[in-house]
Order: sequence, then structure tokens, then C-alpha cells
Amino acid sequence: MKIALSEIAHARSGDKGDMANIGVIAYQPQHYPVLVREVTAERVKSYFGNFVKGEVERFELPNLGALNFLLHESLGGGGTLSLRIDAQGKTMSAALLRMEIEVADGEL
Amino acid sequence: MIRIANGQGFWGDWLEAPVRLVEQGPIDYLCLDYLAEITMSIVQKQKQENPELGYARDFPPLMARLSKQLRERGVTVIANAGGVNPAACAREVKRLAPDLKVAVVHGDDLFPRLDDLLARGFPLKNMDTGEDLATIRERVLSANAYIGAFPLVEALATGAQVIIAGRCTDTALTLAPMVHRFGWREDDYHLLAAGTIAGHIIECGAQATGGNCQVDWQTIPDFANIGYPIVEAEPDGSFTVTKHPGTGGRVSSDVVKEQLLYELGDPKNYITPDCIADFTTIQLKDTGPNRVRVSGIAGKARTPFLKVSLSYNWGYNAIGSLVYSWPEAYGKARLAERIVRERLSQLGLSFDEIWAEILGFNACHGPAALPFPDVPEVQLRLGVRGPSRKDVDRFTRELIPLVLSGPPTATGFGDGRPPVREVVAYWPALVPREEIRTSVEVFA
Repeated sequence: MKIALSEIAHARSGDKGDMANIGVIAYQPQHYPVLVREVTAERVKSYFGNFVKGEVERFELPNLGALNFLLHESLGGGGTLSLRIDAQGKTMSAALLRMEIEVADGEL
Repeated sequence: MIRIANGQGFWGDWLEAPVRLVEQGPIDYLCLDYLAEITMSIVQKQKQENPELGYARDFPPLMARLSKQLRERGVTVIANAGGVNPAACAREVKRLAPDLKVAVVHGDDLFPRLDDLLARGFPLKNMDTGEDLATIRERVLSANAYIGAFPLVEALATGAQVIIAGRCTDTALTLAPMVHRFGWREDDYHLLAAGTIAGHIIECGAQATGGNCQVDWQTIPDFANIGYPIVEAEPDGSFTVTKHPGTGGRVSSDVVKEQLLYELGDPKNYITPDCIADFTTIQLKDTGPNRVRVSGIAGKARTPFLKVSLSYNWGYNAIGSLVYSWPEAYGKARLAERIVRERLSQLGLSFDEIWAEILGFNACHGPAALPFPDVPEVQLRLGVRGPSRKDVDRFTRELIPLVLSGPPTATGFGDGRPPVREVVAYWPALVPREEIRTSVEVFA
């Protein structure tokens, strides 16, 4: 079945220059493998569409039940150059949590 | 065990936080992090206008306010409040709080040495784009090397109650007292990584105690009196994150995890001047109400380079806005955007970017925004950025006419034409570590 990512994870986002980072954290350790399977770098890139001009990298932190995404060239120039209201990508974590993921009945 | 608190996550953070950290319970060290990347260019401009400025001006009055209690309670302050003029900052602290012994760390400011460094074959290439600094040399406003914890440790060894640094790393403020009190050495990289991660957790102030946290934010108690974070550090590198009893906010492993991931790059290679910390080794445990124990941290030896943060004049921008009300607020705002774009095009103005976003719809989330119904109102926010002040200034005259000449129900123009602002950009580079020699000056 499809659920929103927010049902099993929370997140925090921020910036480094023109790159946003989004950390996605499973509430329960048993849901970390679901994150690893469902929230791929490719899905995150397509989810944010033309906000992300560069690549999306994904790093795994199994000790925290968390994934860290780096969204290159995703902040309209970043820092002082960006004309966006959210030039530091602080709200991108909330946007990602609305993404739909596929889970099996036994996984929740 | 020593208690290290952080009372400012940036210049502009809550003024009462450091005072309450000192008054509401025991701490040994009070760290204050004032410098963001762009802050350095702001303080550099202030110094150019007045040679006795160029530092975080909130800091000396705070030291005056806390002077008596710092001495009575034996609290040492470590702050990167010095900006590009730490000596002037120290003189102002001494003027306002003459009883405090102050030590200043010098050596991070590379602005006077830039041409020398370039002439000696250090191109200070942009780490992101690979361009040589020579392409923007004439427009550079500031240049500072990020220094680590060991120069701060040297300052702590003087017995000063207030340590003022310029561009040190945020994490060094927290790591330095651990190195000082526990005798950690430059090759104890697991311990240095532990202290660095402690610094990462508390460097953004109340983001480690429930601020900006998505987990059950509706139930986080008493934001108005939120406690700022405290690390109880042990000589073996383990530590507990907590806050003073009776304060607002929440410390839990969920909160700490969010802060650990804040502005994180490659988690196995968190590079600082002191070490490379591995975030995949961190073990967290909730050990009591508002107490999270952190242990197991490993690291690697530091790199031969220090990062340099330069700022330079890039050009100009201006951002204006208009509000449109129901009905069809969104359609009106988009029509207004198209009208302005067409007029800018007819005028032949040159911009690097023209950006429009609709507050109330897609400004934050862009293509990931929810589809929306016919909302009561939206704000069109339209900005341009370009190298020509004249062109940017002309743009500022193209938005407000639409109040009378565009789609209906426009309002929210009360501030008039938007201002043209100078854009200062950021240029990260590397320099060999041995090029940076720091020193400590004591103001007794």
C-alpha cells in the first residue's frame, strides 16, 4: 500500500552554498530498511523536479536509522545569490515527507 | 566531567539565552557562535568604515552584563565574536567589563596576505567551481582561514575568562575546553572527533533542545523559555546532551538526530581543521528526561589543508512583491508576473536571473508543492539579480504600476519600490595548514 513518508520518518534540511541537504530519519529502527529501499536518490531528484539542477547523492547512516541526501545546485544559486524565499532549503525536509512510498502490510 | 553550553547559534540569536545559561544552573564553559559565512563580509565592511569596528557588536555588552556572575561562578566564555577585528572587540569588552581577563586568538585573517599567497603559487581556487581567485581578486572583501580548536586551547591556557576568536570553526568552540581540560593531543583523533560532534550538536543553539524540530512539535513544552543546550563531557570522549532543569524545550534522541543531520555532507568524512569525524559511528541513548548519551565515536587524522572563506562583491539584486486577493488570486499573480517579464524584455535589461514565486502556494516547495484550491490570497514575490545596478534599479519601477494597470485586487505595495541591494558572494578555497600561524594576545 502507499503511505506518506511522514508516517514513518522525520527530517531536517539545510544548506551548504547552492547545495541543500535533507536528512531523513526513521522513527522506528525496523523502518530504516524501508527508507533505504523506497527513498532513492533518483526518486528525490525527480520529486523536486526543476528545483534540482545537479545530481542527488545519498549517504546511509544505519546507526541513526537515517539517510542523508545532498541536492546539488538546488537553491537558486545558494547563499546570498539565491532570490528564493527559502534560500537555505530549510523547508525542503517538510516537502519530502509528503512523498508517497510503497510498503507491504507486514512492514508497518 | 565538564559542562559546556552554547548560548548563541548565530549573530542575531536570542539575547537572553546566554544569560539564562549562566544564571539557571551550573556550567563551566559558555560557547557563543556568531559567525556565518556571510557575516565575515558584513564585519569587513564595518571595519573599512571604522577601524575600531568589524566584530559582533552584541558581544561586549553581553560580557558587561555577565561580568560579575562569570567571575563568581567560574564560567569561561569562548566566542568567535571577533569577526575581522578581534583586538578591537577585546578592547571594547575591557572598556565595558574591566574586571574580566580577555585573550584573543590572531592569525585567521588572510585579507592582508592575499597577494602574497597568490604570488607564492597558492591559487585559492574555488572549491566548488575550480576557478582561480585571480578572476575576482579585485572584488574580494574578506578572506579568513577556518582555524580549529588548538589555537583556542592556547588561549585557555592563559587563564583568561573570555576567549575571543575570529573565523574559527563552530565546532572548535566546544572541542577546545575538552582538549584543554582532558589533555587530548593532536593525534587523539577519535577523541577529537567526539568533541567535534558534540560541537556540531550544540553549535546551532536551541536546535538541539527542540527548536525547529518536526517530531511532536505541538507538544514541545514552553518554547518561550526554551533551555539552550549543554554537553556534559567525559575524558573518554563520551558525553551527555542536556539542558538546565525547569527550562522549556525537549532533549531526546529524535531531536539530537535531526540536529546531527543538519547541514551534513558525507557522514563518514566530516572535515574540520582538527580531525575527520565519522557520523556513522555515533551511538545515541535516551538515559533520562531531557538527557541523551552519545558514545562510540570514531574519527581519522586531520587533512594537510585549512579551508579559507572569502567573500567578494558579486553585483546587485532587488525583490518586490504584490498581494492579490480571491477570486483567482493565483491566476492574477501569474498574469502580473508575465506582464513584468514582458516589460523588462522590452526595456532590454540584462539580468543573471529573474525569479518569481507565489507565497502561499509554491515558494517553499516549488515543483513538490501541493495542488491547491482557490485560496483567499497569495503574494507574488518577484526578484532579479544582475551585474548592472542601473538595470536592477529599473526593475524596481516595473512592479508597482500593476496596482492600477494590471489584474484586479492588487494590494500590499505599502513599502513602495523595493530597494536595490549589493550582493556579496562567498568563495571557498583551501590553503596548506603550515601557511596559517596563530598567536594569542592577553588583555589583562
